Amino acid sequence: MTTATTTANGHSVGHDDHGHAPGGMMRWITTTNHKDIGSMYLWFSFAMFLVGGCMALTIRSELFQPGLQIVQPEFFNQMTTLHGLIMVFGAIMPAFVGFANWMLPLQVGASDMAFGRMNNLSFWMLPPAALLLTVSLFVPGGGPAAGWTLYPPLTIQGGMGMDMAIFALHILGISSIMGSINIITTVLNLRAPGMTLMKMPLFCWTWLITAFLIIAVMPILAGAVTMTLTDRHFGTSFFNAAGGGDPVMFQHIFWFFGHPEVYIVIIPGFGIVSQVISAFSRKPLFGYASMVYAVAAIGILSFTVWAHHMYTTGMPVTAQLYFMYATMFIAVPTGVKIFNWTATMWGGSLTFETPMLFAIGFIFLFTIGGFSGLVLAMAAVDIQMQDTYYVVAHFHYTMVAGALFSAFSGAYYWLPKWTGHMYNETMGKVHFWLSFVFFNMTFFVQHFLGIAGMPRRIPDYAVQFADFNQISTIGAFGFGMSQLLFLYNVIVCIKGGEKAPAKPWEGAEGLEWDVPSPAPYHTWEVQPVVK
Amino acid sequence: MSGATQKLGVSRGVSHLVGGVALSLLASIANAAYQVNFQEPATKLAQTVSDLHMMMMYICGVIFVGVFGVMFYSIIKHRKAPGRVAATFHENTTVEILWTVIPTIILLVMVWPVTKALISMRDSTGADITIKATGYQWKWGYDYIKGEGEGIKFMSVLSTPRDQIEGKAPKGEHYLLEVDNHLVVPVGKKIRILTTAEDVIHAWYMPAFAVKQDAVPGFIRDTSFRAEREGTFRGQCAELCGKDHGFMPIVVDVVSEEKYATWVAEQKTKMAALAEDPSKVWTMAELMARGEAVYTQTCAACHQANGKGLPPAFPALDGSKVATGPKEGHLDMVLNGKPGSAMAAFGKQLSDSEIAAVVTYERNAWGNKVGDLVQPGEVKALRK
Repeated sequence: MTTATTTANGHSVGHDDHGHAPGGMMRWITTTNHKDIGSMYLWFSFAMFLVGGCMALTIRSELFQPGLQIVQPEFFNQMTTLHGLIMVFGAIMPAFVGFANWMLPLQVGASDMAFGRMNNLSFWMLPPAALLLTVSLFVPGGGPAAGWTLYPPLTIQGGMGMDMAIFALHILGISSIMGSINIITTVLNLRAPGMTLMKMPLFCWTWLITAFLIIAVMPILAGAVTMTLTDRHFGTSFFNAAGGGDPVMFQHIFWFFGHPEVYIVIIPGFGIVSQVISAFSRKPLFGYASMVYAVAAIGILSFTVWAHHMYTTGMPVTAQLYFMYATMFIAVPTGVKIFNWTATMWGGSLTFETPMLFAIGFIFLFTIGGFSGLVLAMAAVDIQMQDTYYVVAHFHYTMVAGALFSAFSGAYYWLPKWTGHMYNETMGKVHFWLSFVFFNMTFFVQHFLGIAGMPRRIPDYAVQFADFNQISTIGAFGFGMSQLLFLYNVIVCIKGGEKAPAKPWEGAEGLEWDVPSPAPYHTWEVQPVVK
Repeated sequence: MSGATQKLGVSRGVSHLVGGVALSLLASIANAAYQVNFQEPATKLAQTVSDLHMMMMYICGVIFVGVFGVMFYSIIKHRKAPGRVAATFHENTTVEILWTVIPTIILLVMVWPVTKALISMRDSTGADITIKATGYQWKWGYDYIKGEGEGIKFMSVLSTPRDQIEGKAPKGEHYLLEVDNHLVVPVGKKIRILTTAEDVIHAWYMPAFAVKQDAVPGFIRDTSFRAEREGTFRGQCAELCGKDHGFMPIVVDVVSEEKYATWVAEQKTKMAALAEDPSKVWTMAELMARGEAVYTQTCAACHQANGKGLPPAFPALDGSKVATGPKEGHLDMVLNGKPGSAMAAFGKQLSDSEIAAVVTYERNAWGNKVGDLVQPGEVKALRK
C-alpha cells in the first residue's frame, strides 16, 4: 500500500499523489479512507476479542473444578458481564463493520464510503468506549456485574462501574448508528452504473439489511440503559415496583433491541459465507433472489419474537404461545439459506482452502446452534432450559461457530486483497481444525450441563456437573491458544509472503477482484460499468 | 488428503450428536457424572417435557443427517479434479418452494404437542396447597398460605459449610444443593407456588418438576406441580441476582400424606415455641447467643464471620460507625436497609427478637465493645 500502483482504469496513484496528507499517527487519526478505517476496525476488534477471551478464560478457570479457587463471586460476575459486552459490542460488531468498510466500496464500485469524516468518527468513538468498559473493573465497586443483559433491579445496585458501562453503550450505539447511515447511503447511492440491487454481491445485501436493523434498535437500547441510569441516580421508578414501575418492562425493551441485535451480529456473516461458498464451489450462489428475501424476512421477523427470552417471567400463556409460533417461523428462512448453500456446493468443483473450511464449518456448527435455538423456542421445553448452560451453548454455537467463523472465513478470503500476499495456507488450515475441535470440546458438553440443570452465571456448582465443566475448560484454553495462530499468520502475511494476484481464488466473483492486490489506496476513482 | 481429514473432523461432530442421543436413551445413568439428559422426572409434566425434547431431537437428527449427508457427499464427489467441470445451475423454483413448505409443515407438527403441554403447564387452578416462595439476596423464604400447613413460614438458607466451598474440607454429596430448612409437600397433591422477591429478580427452578418461574420484586407470579413420587428434589435460583446467585438452592421433600401431616404439626409446635413473648426480658448472654446464630445465617454472607466485610460493597461492621454509634441509627440500618445498595431491609425477614439479638451481637462482638443491649420491644417501637 505504500508503493505507487495502478488502478484498473490505468490511473497511477501512490502516496505522492496525496500532497499534504499526513503520515505517522496523524494519518490514522484523521484518515477518511475506507481501507484505513476498515483496517483500524479489524485490529480493534481483534484486540477486543483477545481481551474478551482472557475474561472467558478467567471464567472457565474458576469453573474448572467445583469450589471457589481463583476469583470471588463478585468478580466472577464482572467477568461474565464484561465478557459478553466486549465480545458482542467490541469484537464481533466492529469486525463486521471493518469488513463493511474495506469491502462495500470495492464491491459496489465506489471510490469510498459516502461520508468519510463520519466514518472516521464512527471508528474513533470505539477506543474510548472500550476504555470505559475495561477501566470499570478498577473503579470502587468494580465493573458491571449484572450480566450483559443488565436486568434491573440488580443494575440499580452496584457502583460507578455500571454507569461507565451505560456511557460506553451509548457511545457504541452512536458509533453503530453513524456507521449504518454510511453503509445504507453508500449501498443505495454509490453503486456503479449497471449494478442493480439484485446484481449486488450478497455481502452488500446483508450489510444493507443489518444497517437498517441497527438504526432501528440501537436507540431502543439507549433508552433502556438511560432509564436504568435515571432509576439509579435521579429518582425515577421505571423498573421499581414500589414507585409504580416494573422490572419486566426493562426486559421487554431490552429484548426488543436484543433479538434484532443477535441477527445484526450474524447477518453480515451470512453474506460472507454466501460469497465464499460460491467462490470455492466455482459455481454461482444457488437461489440468489431467495437468499435476499430470506435475509430480509429474517430481519423483519426478528422484531416480532423478542419475548422468547422471557418465557419464565410470568407472561400469560397466550403470549408464550404467540412468541413460540413467531420464533419458529424464523427457522424457515434460515433453513432456506442452509439448503441454498448446500445446493451451491452441489455439483460444483470444490476445493477446501481455509476460507472454505471456515465457511463449511460455519454452516455445520451454526445449524447445530439453530437446532438448539429451535428447542429453546418451544416454550414448554424452554422452561427447563432457560437460564441454564443450554442457552450458553446455543448462543456460543451461533455467535462463535457462527459469526466468528464467518469472520475468519472472510479474513482469509480477503487477506490477499488487503495485503498483496497469500497467507500461510497450512497454518490457516491448522487454525481451522484446532478451532473446530476445541470449540466443540468447549461448548457441546454445555448442552448436557444445561439439560442436567446447571444454571448459568454461577461461579461454583454441584459435584455432578464437574466432569463436563472440566472438559469445557480444557477446550476453552485450547480454543484460546489456537487464535494466536491466526494472529501470527496475519502478521506474517502483512509483512511478506507469496505475492497475491488480483484474483487469487479461481471461482471468486465481484468487483473487488478487478483491482490489484494489494488494493491501491484509492480505487474506483472512475466507476466501472457493470453489465 | 484434506478431504479425508475433513471427513474425520465432521464425523466427530456427528458422532457427538449420535452418541449424545444414544446415551440419553439410557435413562438409568441419568444421575451419573456424564449426565446427558434431564433429571429423572418426578411429575407427569416433567416427563412430557422430556418426551417433547426427545421428539425434537429425533426430528432435528433426521434433518441434520439428511442435510449434512448431502453436503458431505458433495464434498467428496464434487471436489475439484482434473476434467471436472462445475455445474452452472443456480435456481430451481420447485425445489425452493418444497424446502420452504416442508420445513413449515414439520414445524407445525412439532408445535402442536408443545402447545398442549404449555397450556397444561400454565394451569395452576385447583391447587391443594399454595406456598409463596420469596427470593432474597441470597436465600428463599417460604410461606404456606393456603391448604394443609397454612401459616407455616421459614427461611431456607444454603447449609454447605464455607470450608467445603474454599476447598478446606472435602465436598459433601449435596454440595451447594443443601439447605437448613427443606420445603415439604405431600405426594400426589397439586402444589401451587407463588413467586415474588424482596430485592432483585430471582427464579425458582426445580428441574425434576420442570418448574421454573421468575420471582419479580413487587409482583406475584405463579406456577404449579403435582409430584408423582416421594423423594428429595434439588434445584437452584435461575436468575442472576448478585454475588451469591449460585448459592441459594431449593430443596423439596415430597412425602406421604401421613408424614406431611406429622411435619405440619411439628412445624406449628416449633413456631409456637419461637413465637415472640412480649413480656420476656432478654439477658446479654441470651442476646449474644441468639444474635450470633442470626448473624451467621443472615449477615455473614456479606459482612463475613469476622465482621470485616468485603469493602466497598459490603462494609466492615467491626469498628464501623453505625455499629458503634447510636442504637437508633444501627437499628434503622438493619430494619430498613440502605436503598440503592445491597443492604436489604431485614425488618421484613427477621422478628423483633432476632433483630434485637443480632444488633446486640454486632455491637459487642469482635473489637466492638459498646456494652449496650437491645430488647425486642425497642425494635417493635421503631418499626414503621
